[in-house]
Amino acid sequence: MKEFKGRAITGGTWTGEAVVSKQGVNTLATFQKSALNNAKTVIAADQSNPDIYQKEITGKALCLPITIGSTTGGLVIQTICSMDLNPACFLFSKAIDSLAASGIVLAKIWEDSNVIAIDNLGDEFLETVQTGDTVEVLDDGTVKIK
Amino acid sequence: MYDYKMKLNPEQIEILEGKQGAVKAQVMETLVMFGDLFGAKRLVPVTHGKGHLVTSFGIPLLKPLFKTMDKLIDEGLYVEEGFTVDPRPTDYANVKCNFLEKLIFNTKMYGEQERYEQQLTKVGLIDSNAFTCTCYMDEVGNIPKKGDILSWAESSAVVYANSVLGARCNRNSGMLDLFGSIIGAVPEFGLLTDEGRKATWKVIVKTTKMPEAQILGSAIGIKVMEDVPYVYGLDKFIGNELNDETKSYLKDFGAATASNGAVGLYHIDGLTPEAVELGESLLVENAKEYIIDDAELERVYKSYPCIWKKPEAKANRAFIGCPHLSYTQLINWTNKLCDALKKNSKKKVNMPVVFTTSPDVAAKFKKTTEYQKLISTGATVSSICPLMYTNNPLTKLHNIITNSNKLRTYSAAKYLKNEDILKAITE
Repeated sequence: MKEFKGRAITGGTWTGEAVVSKQGVNTLATFQKSALNNAKTVIAADQSNPDIYQKEITGKALCLPITIGSTTGGLVIQTICSMDLNPACFLFSKAIDSLAASGIVLAKIWEDSNVIAIDNLGDEFLETVQTGDTVEVLDDGTVKIK
Repeated sequence: MYDYKMKLNPEQIEILEGKQGAVKAQVMETLVMFGDLFGAKRLVPVTHGKGHLVTSFGIPLLKPLFKTMDKLIDEGLYVEEGFTVDPRPTDYANVKCNFLEKLIFNTKMYGEQERYEQQLTKVGLIDSNAFTCTCYMDEVGNIPKKGDILSWAESSAVVYANSVLGARCNRNSGMLDLFGSIIGAVPEFGLLTDEGRKATWKVIVKTTKMPEAQILGSAIGIKVMEDVPYVYGLDKFIGNELNDETKSYLKDFGAATASNGAVGLYHIDGLTPEAVELGESLLVENAKEYIIDDAELERVYKSYPCIWKKPEAKANRAFIGCPHLSYTQLINWTNKLCDALKKNSKKKVNMPVVFTTSPDVAAKFKKTTEYQKLISTGATVSSICPLMYTNNPLTKLHNIITNSNKLRTYSAAKYLKNEDILKAITE
């Protein structure tokens, strides 16, 4: 088991499966198709991101460096949280980017969402965690890869 | 009340405490919590009061958006100096759709468009011509000065305002753009600070000819992600003057850096205002280096996947102009298109071709003889957002070609270089 410590932006405890993107996750391209189709779960739709393309993300720990792409990104995160389609956790290896941060804050303040977000987990975290791994997330920003 | 970390003035505290209304308090809490995440020490006044919003489409699924807008309106909150907003999602007069496509657009996709435009008007939309992603064009007039603090979103507009105009704006998300404009202040961090505007990448362009703006921007965006690049070697191709041609080039370049990566600011040596003023002092020590030659550009270009159902099929629709074309680009495209058709002994384009531009630029262009020439080829001019058009499950089945790396990224459209798209629509 390996343990990493980041900054808990919105804390919580959770254990579940990781989905890992080694590259930046394009929020709009990843989430919009499932959200538009009123799907029950999000299947990642960004053709340019083979790490997560066509993988189910809802209820998982999405491990990523940052989010990238359109500035609708925050609103998209708020929307998927309001629809309960969101990843249970966003685990960022780098400092959270402004679009993802907007989404997490909007979800928390306007939707009362319990989405967990931890950033600054470090490059080694993203090198270590693999899609399908079980991760345990603690309230203080600790992430254990089992 | 949220336990804030940054320093707030008495009025800001009063707003946060709810003394100016519960919704305004929520708006302030959002801005403050957002700023605290980035270590902002304070909120600073927005000095260019005209906002620009990214969300222009009334997709029913965006229930949180409509709900929040209603709350703002009920409490009488709006943007004093008004705002522009991204392009409308449909334009049936100039971008033809069949019955089923329209049905999906009007009911499923953008069924809340009318309601949302009414909401936008109530919170400060400037006028019905204000729908464009290129609000900074002279014809549109939402043009910040160097050093202005903005509360804008739309990745291509933010990167243009920061880089070409020298204004200061973070890559805000939808809603945060509106909130900052309503409060008239934004958290000071990132691209609002001198330190945050320093380049951590030294990009050296060593191509043998002028790089295609959208591929060069894509390559840099993919490489540097959210960092600030300082680009050498481009001025020898596009010059040292910010004229209509270079600004159009930088518009397309920047949009690709922002959508293929997350770039919010770039410096072009000898050209963009801060690079001219501060030069290499903008580079941090030990900046990373990225050399771009012909082979690298070709590698990036060839890495774009084609996700048409039949990748070898013929294209049957073309969108040119994402971000919206400048007036100069419309004139240039018209001349190139007419020349190519003449060379091929043809009078009409061989598929529906849509040139997109802002309503104000379109109005100016429509007064020219070039407009008549363009229309006579069968092409159309629209102020639609091509990305919103391609979201429809039926329209996305068209084999769309585009010269926009942003549109390629967010849709099933296939990217072609300018000269290739010209061939495709005229041969």
